Amino acid sequence: MTLKQVQGDETSKMNRINQKLKEDKKLLSIYFTAGYPSINDTVSIIQNLEKSGVDMIEIGLPFSDPLADGPTIQDSSTKALRNGMTSELLFKQLKDIRETVSIPLIIMGYFNPMLQYGVEAFCKKCQDVGIDGLIIPDLPVDVYHEEYKLTFDKYGLINVFLITPQTSDERIRFIDSVSDGFIYMVSSASTTGAKTGFGNEQSEYFERIANMNLKNPQIVGFGISNNETFTAATKQAKGAIIGSAFIKHVTNQGVDVIDTFVKTII
Amino acid sequence: MSYNINDKGYYGEFGGAYIPEMLYPNIEELRQNYLKITAEASFQEEFHELLKDYVGRPSPLYFAKRLSEKYNTKIYLKREDLNHTGAHKVNNTIGQILLAQRLGKTRIIAETGAGQHGVATATVCALMGIECVVYMGEIDIARQAPNVARMKMLGAKVVPALSGSCTLKDATNEAMRDWINNPVDTHYIVGSVVGPHPYPDMVARFQAVVSEEIKKQLIEKEGTENPDYLIACVGGGSNAAGTYYHYLDNTDVNIIAVEAAGKGIHTGESAATSVLGKEGIIHGSKTLLMQTGDGQITEPYSISAGLDYPGVGPMHANLYKTGRAEFISITDDEAMTAGLELSQLEGIIPAIETSHALAVFEHKTFKPDNIIVLNLSGRGDKDLQNYIDYFKL
Ligand SMILES: Cc1ncc(COP(=O)(O)O)c(C=O)c1O
Repeated sequence: MTLKQVQGDETSKMNRINQKLKEDKKLLSIYFTAGYPSINDTVSIIQNLEKSGVDMIEIGLPFSDPLADGPTIQDSSTKALRNGMTSELLFKQLKDIRETVSIPLIIMGYFNPMLQYGVEAFCKKCQDVGIDGLIIPDLPVDVYHEEYKLTFDKYGLINVFLITPQTSDERIRFIDSVSDGFIYMVSSASTTGAKTGFGNEQSEYFERIANMNLKNPQIVGFGISNNETFTAATKQAKGAIIGSAFIKHVTNQGVDVIDTFVKTII
Repeated sequence: MSYNINDKGYYGEFGGAYIPEMLYPNIEELRQNYLKITAEASFQEEFHELLKDYVGRPSPLYFAKRLSEKYNTKIYLKREDLNHTGAHKVNNTIGQILLAQRLGKTRIIAETGAGQHGVATATVCALMGIECVVYMGEIDIARQAPNVARMKMLGAKVVPALSGSCTLKDATNEAMRDWINNPVDTHYIVGSVVGPHPYPDMVARFQAVVSEEIKKQLIEKEGTENPDYLIACVGGGSNAAGTYYHYLDNTDVNIIAVEAAGKGIHTGESAATSVLGKEGIIHGSKTLLMQTGDGQITEPYSISAGLDYPGVGPMHANLYKTGRAEFISITDDEAMTAGLELSQLEGIIPAIETSHALAVFEHKTFKPDNIIVLNLSGRGDKDLQNYIDYFKL
């Protein structure tokens, strides 16, 4: 790829995520597992989330061995795979999503399914259906930077990296320098859904990151389940992501009463 | 060209560290320290002293006379089954516990399949007085009951892995999740040459004592340090990595890697990764693994819990891809028969994992003057019930 192309693509990267991050409000992002509880729930969950006032959605592409996830998301992933979810099917379901939905959509998934699909083919499909970004927990920053960044840029996709309370300041600065959307701040040393409530460690961590004056806004995830944790997480950060708590809600209440869940948060 | 690891943590195109950011500080701490610490004189001294006085090394290189006569070739068995705890696994756990102590860790976690690595980990934790938690698939807990009992006797906590296929892959997932949740005080003793860099290299170095000894012992017995063939079974590949280590770049020595074909390669119940696998990522490493076209990791099958893993370590993926090693797959039935044969020809009851390696002699004909060294990776005590049920003894 020539330098000119890369620069051209940089400007087109002012995508829905960047625009949403400019809004003068705290953002609520919701994660759900595609293909759960039923294989064809994907589109209606997305539409209902937008209608309920959610700002951004992470569509979980299920994986057989989700290392960073706790029991709730493991379970929903296993069931989604049993229901028949695949990368190809997800793209089919999302084919017309931009006719009805305008908030930013991010695919969150592990790297192996993308590798098998072909990273470039995967990115192209994302662009075709209107996906704005990706979160791939097991794709390391340095490998992304060396091998895949140009491809992501070519298809206008923002790649979001994680930081944790254990991440050094130096590495946070590096991650900030290679990010151009937001930074996903994992609230504690844990898998998803593991801890409930925030303690001193979190307040200090949130404070430390806020004081670093990073170029990218931060969105907090892991351990957010209600209005209290949402408010605490977004005191300094730009927004927060809810995953396991939403999946539990869907498991217990079904997919038709999503707004009752969202109302308990914001 | 070298078949060993390069300075970026890859064997050819395989290896690396494809890990979530939550594990980065732990892995980075290891990466920065493992070569430095293991090179220290005090480490080397303690490591070798424990291998000698506690494990009972060097393990004998035994000329198997009746087995050699039967197959009309010269077969030496490297007796890792005679190590304390009954397998090669302890070479690695001794090394890693010494490393963990020097990193100031106070809690140890491990995954286990056959339970040999779990026992070897529980053993060194008892030796050092360190808390130990072992993850083991629910199915493996049932089929390797004696080892579960041993771990408990040694004071370890055995936690069943209930996800996925409930075997080694899932136990490994659970151990990694534990590490994510306990990043500061805990060291994860990975049991094979798998996982993110630096694990494959670190474990291979600790197991390399096997080929270091083979070289010396073969000179005494045959006047040469080079056998014509090295044979080892491959689950994740640690006993094989130890057997090959000092011969990797010596292409006068042929390498044979033996995988578990389960009920047959194309039955859907197999663990023959080199045949059925494709390149991808498992447990933080780019390697060969069994997976669907959509990139979901599939559930392997083998009668042997220690070989019931859908991937191989990146060293072995590279040995396969480059053709440096010949890969042979052995079915449950072939392995069981070979295990019974060794018992009755040599008076040695092998672990079912090792029986897979022994079955190579029915598959491949060697020349009468070929010198063959086979790693007898473990003893069969843990498998007695399986042998008895299988042969209705
Ligand atoms: C006796 C024995 N041999 C072989 C293996 C397979 O492991 P690896 O391939 O790492 O040597 C095991 C694993 O539990 C074992 O117990």
